[in-house]
Amino acid sequence: MAIGVYLTFRILDLADMTAEGSFPLGGAIATMCLVKGVNPFIATLAAFGGGLIAGLVTGFLNTKLRIPSLLAGIITMTGLYSITSRVMQNAANVSLLGKETIFSIAQKWGLSRNNAVIVMGLIIALLVIALLVIFFRTEIGLAMRATGDNPQMSAANGIKTEQMKILGYMISNGCIALSGALLAQNNGFADLNSGVGTLVIGLASIIIAEVLVRNLPIWGRLLTLVLGAIIYRLILALVFQMNVEPADAKLASALVLVVCLVLPNFHLPRNLKGGKNHARSTKD
Amino acid sequence: MPEVLKIKNLHQTFESGTVNENRVLRGVNLDLEAGDFVTIIGSNGAGKSTLLNSIAGTIPVQEGQIVLNGTDITKLPVTKRAKNISRVFQDPKMGTAVRLTVEENLALAMKRGQRRGFRPGVKKQDRKFFKKQLAQLGLNLENRLDTEIGLLSGGQRQAITLLMATLQRPDLILLDEHTAALDPKTSITVMELTEKLINDQKLTAFMVTHNMEDAIRYGNRLIMLHQGKVAVNLAGEEKQSLTVPKLMELFQKQVGAEVEDDAMLLV
Repeated sequence: MAIGVYLTFRILDLADMTAEGSFPLGGAIATMCLVKGVNPFIATLAAFGGGLIAGLVTGFLNTKLRIPSLLAGIITMTGLYSITSRVMQNAANVSLLGKETIFSIAQKWGLSRNNAVIVMGLIIALLVIALLVIFFRTEIGLAMRATGDNPQMSAANGIKTEQMKILGYMISNGCIALSGALLAQNNGFADLNSGVGTLVIGLASIIIAEVLVRNLPIWGRLLTLVLGAIIYRLILALVFQMNVEPADAKLASALVLVVCLVLPNFHLPRNLKGGKNHARSTKD
Repeated sequence: MPEVLKIKNLHQTFESGTVNENRVLRGVNLDLEAGDFVTIIGSNGAGKSTLLNSIAGTIPVQEGQIVLNGTDITKLPVTKRAKNISRVFQDPKMGTAVRLTVEENLALAMKRGQRRGFRPGVKKQDRKFFKKQLAQLGLNLENRLDTEIGLLSGGQRQAITLLMATLQRPDLILLDEHTAALDPKTSITVMELTEKLINDQKLTAFMVTHNMEDAIRYGNRLIMLHQGKVAVNLAGEEKQSLTVPKLMELFQKQVGAEVEDDAMLLV
């Protein structure tokens, strides 16, 4: 999911709120497919497809109808709530009890429940990263990165920047819906309200990853995003060990994000000694 | 000589219908023949950048017509014009994508105006070609294909932007005060490089500049814009024998005349 958020946030330089809608949508699509007995891999892929469409809508609103990106994302997110609810046949959550998921398939390979989640999760994350790295090296991939970097120059070089943005929105939300599908299968149920805070988690992972290691080529960055997401989870787990009440959970995670955002700023003066590092970070 | 660019009665008005109405271009007529290297000067607000932006397509044309190689491009969007028109901006940051590497930027420019597909962005055979092209800049950039553009200096970036603009031969190259943001020494290097690239490929070029000496030294034609009109249009012998004082004199004459006109209107 962090990867999905990264795509729009850093590559396209947009904050895409659609994430909060495409995440539960992905979970819902995958779950409903599984309930109907569809192959878990196909169900997960279908979730990815749902995310693509969600991204297409936001992209269309943003570029063709010229609605500012933040607003376009919120509009899609709001609309998606109803659509996800429809997909789940008006239930607030749907259980996957006893259904086959991609994790239960991994368990059949003789792995324990926990290991199955880790192994399957890693395989899919690596697969997504590999595909994205290949994609970003193609002509279209280069054009997309250039669009986020310098739209005017891209247009001057004949890149159709609007189409590139729409494609970026699509892939990004596809990844987010995919992660929604994974989480639903891990939790054993799809939840209509699971999207709240998605964007925050994604951004936190990105920021942690960027604080840990600066200036990476794109494949390295995508890998560290996974690490960033795990670390964010660990920090949250630590916070929750201090007996935080469930009702305060979101507040706690928002505070953790604030700390993550602010910490690197306090680090900067120390970097002055490093010279080169500092120069680079200010350029960013 | 075949005609490359024809501008007919171009008008551009900003914020029309308000008190701030600003008639930037008031009927510009211009013909460029193949191989013409035109320098454009004019004071601030004379309409130089607006003229260039109108040709590139970044601002829609309100009145008039722009014809490139016999095709009316007045209503075409920037991306469609990109196939035939390349551009170097004033700000070195503008011409390149800073988070992409040198070779990735060059690869983008190689495909200017063409379809982009799922083939690798930077191809092996391209790399050799890029190296050769970078070597002729004489800036030791040929071994820095993998460097992010953002880490290069303004002069290096501007040189690469120039190269990008000529990698695929454009019908017309637009240079928008492309040395104004550079230090004097780098500025000379980049200007010499500009002349070399334009001469080598016999390009048709349009160069906006604030530097009168550059305007006189380079190119075979000189145009001065004043209050949205072509005030001075010199070519051939006249252009060759031009000096800064002569140009100033022409300018004064032109401005003087304009002031008189305005005074008449006020009466």
